Amino acid sequence: MRKQHFIKNSVIIRNAKVYKNGELILQATADMSFSKFLKSIYKQQKLKYPKFFKMDGLSKLGYLGVEILTEGQIEDKETALIFANSASSLETDEAYADSMKEFPSPSLFVYTLPNIMLGEISIRHQLRSENAFFVSEEFDASLFIDYVKTLVQQGKCENVLCGWVNLHNNDYDVFLWEIATSGGTDFNEEELKKLYLPTHE
Amino acid sequence: MSDLHTELKKSIIEQLNLEDMEVSDIDNDEHLFGDGLGLDSIDALELIVLLEKDYGIKLNDPNQGREIFNSINTMADFIEKNRTR
Repeated sequence: MRKQHFIKNSVIIRNAKVYKNGELILQATADMSFSKFLKSIYKQQKLKYPKFFKMDGLSKLGYLGVEILTEGQIEDKETALIFANSASSLETDEAYADSMKEFPSPSLFVYTLPNIMLGEISIRHQLRSENAFFVSEEFDASLFIDYVKTLVQQGKCENVLCGWVNLHNNDYDVFLWEIATSGGTDFNEEELKKLYLPTHE
Repeated sequence: MSDLHTELKKSIIEQLNLEDMEVSDIDNDEHLFGDGLGLDSIDALELIVLLEKDYGIKLNDPNQGREIFNSINTMADFIEKNRTR
């Protein structure tokens, strides 16, 4: 008999606020810059991972979201990572193109693909699992559901960590959630949209 | 400690985003890679860019980097002998 899958936990980082399972856990002051906001999350969560400071903004968002979502612990090392966004790595692509006017920056160049974020998360949690990164115009619940169901049906994994992590012009939108064989919320399009939309403006 | 040593440490901290680290935390003979500061291969590329940008030194043989970037002392020695600016 096929196992049923559920949405276990979720995290939203949006409009200078961080929510876990719908509950506000951090709010930045209105005048705080994007980079300071990210650093404030890092400090508030008492994280100790110096590589964080070398990441680009997109990877920082993904890393922080996963730390909050999983409380720093992904027990199943086969957990698949399925992520998407609309701006790809454009923020860093532009910064790298700018650096080419003088000295191209190697540390910017390595982040000129959006799936590097998945590499950072995999390194941090020592995952050697399935991963995929999609670029779509807007958050597409059905894309996640179809891909995750296919993965699970093929027996590639039991647990999946999904994420919409978008960043462009310092405008960010992060929605992460865990899919597992136990949990509170049914994993379907309607529930996923409800979780994504409540604080979305 | 010479001005160059201090300048190098400041540049490394800034360029390589070594947050929470100060000039006084880096010893002149401490290994920059491996067990010392723990820099990685991308940091090595950034150091090559730093040499060219700040001191006008272009490394033609990347293998030279292994000796030059051993410590702040070896970097400073190399810069003193080869700088064009």
